[in-house]
Amino acid sequence: MSTQAATNTSDFIKNLGKMYGTYTGGFIGFILFLAILEQIGVPNKILGYLFVFFTLAVYAIIGIMTRTAQVSEYYVAGRRVPAFYNGMATGADWMSAASFVGMAGTLFLLGYDGLAWVLGWTGGFVLVSILIGPYLRKFGAYTVPDFLSFRYGGNFARFLGVIVLVACSFTYVTAQIYGTGLIASRFLGMQFELAVFAGLVGILLCAMLGGMRAVTWTQIAQYIVLIIAYLTPIVILSTKNYGIPIPQLTYGQAIADITAREQGMLASGLATAAALKPHIQPFINYSPLNFFAIIMCMMVGTASLPHILMRYFTTPSVREARQSVAWSLLFIFLLYFSAPAYAAFSKLEVYTNIIGRDLAAIRPWLFNWGELGLIQICGKNAASIDAVVAACKAIAGHPGVVRLQDFVINTDVIVLSTPEIAGLPYVISGLVAAGGLAAALSTADGLLLAIANALSHDIYYKMIDPNAPTIRRLTVARVLLVGVALVAAATAATKPADILAMVGWAFSLAMAGNFPALVMGVWWKRTTATGAICGIIAGFGLCLFYLVTTRYFPGAGVKYFGMTSLTSPLTGAPLVDIAKAMALPNAMESFPTLAHPLANKVGWFDLTNIACGLLGAPLGFAVIYIVSLMGRAPSAEMQAFVDDIRKPRGRTVLEEKTT
Amino acid sequence: MTDSTNLKEREVAHWAKTSRLMFTHLGIWFFFGFIIHMFVAPLNKITIPILGFPLGFYMAAQGSLIVFVVMLFVFAKQQDRIDREFDFAEDD
Repeated sequence: MSTQAATNTSDFIKNLGKMYGTYTGGFIGFILFLAILEQIGVPNKILGYLFVFFTLAVYAIIGIMTRTAQVSEYYVAGRRVPAFYNGMATGADWMSAASFVGMAGTLFLLGYDGLAWVLGWTGGFVLVSILIGPYLRKFGAYTVPDFLSFRYGGNFARFLGVIVLVACSFTYVTAQIYGTGLIASRFLGMQFELAVFAGLVGILLCAMLGGMRAVTWTQIAQYIVLIIAYLTPIVILSTKNYGIPIPQLTYGQAIADITAREQGMLASGLATAAALKPHIQPFINYSPLNFFAIIMCMMVGTASLPHILMRYFTTPSVREARQSVAWSLLFIFLLYFSAPAYAAFSKLEVYTNIIGRDLAAIRPWLFNWGELGLIQICGKNAASIDAVVAACKAIAGHPGVVRLQDFVINTDVIVLSTPEIAGLPYVISGLVAAGGLAAALSTADGLLLAIANALSHDIYYKMIDPNAPTIRRLTVARVLLVGVALVAAATAATKPADILAMVGWAFSLAMAGNFPALVMGVWWKRTTATGAICGIIAGFGLCLFYLVTTRYFPGAGVKYFGMTSLTSPLTGAPLVDIAKAMALPNAMESFPTLAHPLANKVGWFDLTNIACGLLGAPLGFAVIYIVSLMGRAPSAEMQAFVDDIRKPRGRTVLEEKTT
Repeated sequence: MTDSTNLKEREVAHWAKTSRLMFTHLGIWFFFGFIIHMFVAPLNKITIPILGFPLGFYMAAQGSLIVFVVMLFVFAKQQDRIDREFDFAEDD
């Protein structure tokens, strides 16, 4: 029986290339089929539905086919996912709706400064590979708190690990479900709340029955969809405009054109110096400190996020875990080094074909988004030419052509509108929607699994009922998964503004809470349990304190904790007049948190609160170091375990009961 | 090879080499993640021939990313070589 199962698995692994190759071919065939349907006049809405439902059906079928009743399959996919495929799965796990839809928009808006996110969300994998990931794989954990508990003497450390994990994963998963709802409602015309729960069903079908095993094989399928969807429009656009199908090389020309056009707009009065932020000029949206602080926090946060680290628990060996990190980054890189090309092409289109045009000659792609309130001209939704003309007439002395300061675009539009800008058929727009959906679903699956596993494995099995039989463990895991998913979906359905913005915070919280304890646990044998526990509490606590105070209680921050106003990176002037704001009657609650929900306007050292990990993590390291030195060195036994983690050869340190 | 003093020695030597490799890569990571971008303004004065990118912008948008990817493949090879040298690598 068991030998037969073993042969089946090795056959399965051997056939992966053939299976996913066929799948990719089938998907391309499906796109071509829909393109033909479009040509013979099938309406766009039906095409959109076909796209979304067929891809969802494929994920669900994979999810059901890979269901499992084995604990090690459920938690770590049996530890036999080859490095290459685990890299793809990690790519999908990592790239969220925000990366797929939002990244290019951020770059459009912020120019050079937006590259802090591109750098921050790629470089972190270097830290995963050299500092943490392979060692946790050798340790043999099912979850990150497993390691903390073993290395730092028991369930208190485990519990802290679970708190950090839930704190940084829950807001993140809510944002993914929100993203699913947004894409489904925009492309299928579903009601938003309905779309959220429809997306939820898709997520659950993938994750519930098969745990990590099912999530792994669906994430690979989702990666293939999302990368094809992301690259197709700009490859076509680049070929059309520059004759070379490699947009990542040709957008250098677009940037040069943008810079020339910026000068031209200033000279002809189409843009004021205040409204124009030159695309390649650094440090006009973020101060240098905040630019580098964001890079650091996103990188270190990457290496501390449990849903990413646990992907490397699934490889067959430590060696493959390392190779797998390299493959992951390669697959992620394919999307991230294309995002600036999206931004540049869109910006050039806006600067040449919208700004400076006669109001009556605006290209019609824009009105689809104007209707949804995502593009505004002259302060009103650009729903039609008449609306635009009327809005601009209302402005005194308007010259009758669109000026830069008249034009406002929602960042989500950049990727979604590129097919229309390029004048491509609707089928490409549908493809992009399917890609965005794949990105949101795959990340949601990974996060949901991380949270539910921490609750079922760490809290229920390890802390409440260590004698629970396999069946009950897996049942509890599934029930918790559905429970967490429902809570997240219910939260997303209320469209909470703050939750979306908090995704950036997740990285800093993970950095402050996990990074010092994980790194020191592997790299410094002298680290004691007390030291690590104090370090986690101090680092995570400080980061959380800075976030909450600067965001929700700026008045108290100023009054009791010596915070001062942040300054504008462009002029160096303070963002708020503290003396005046403190004189207001409600000064203690919320005076300076006006504009962007995430933005803090007071703080220490002029530091944005997204980068609070930069305060928390160093404190965490210092506390761990000092408290560890004050206590007795860990037992010889524990030090021997650390030696074991450092050597790839041999059995895993932690042996789980799997039956 | 099997007695424990020998094992201890191998462990220490293996870890010393591993640590050195770690610090080397951490150094490269820090240079391409941070240091080079501090010089973005002067680098932007240089334009990459043919492609037309300003060099400072290019490094943040693509250059550093390529370095990270290549680095990770190289690191996986180098660390594996160290593991094999001290006979701590897993069986193939």
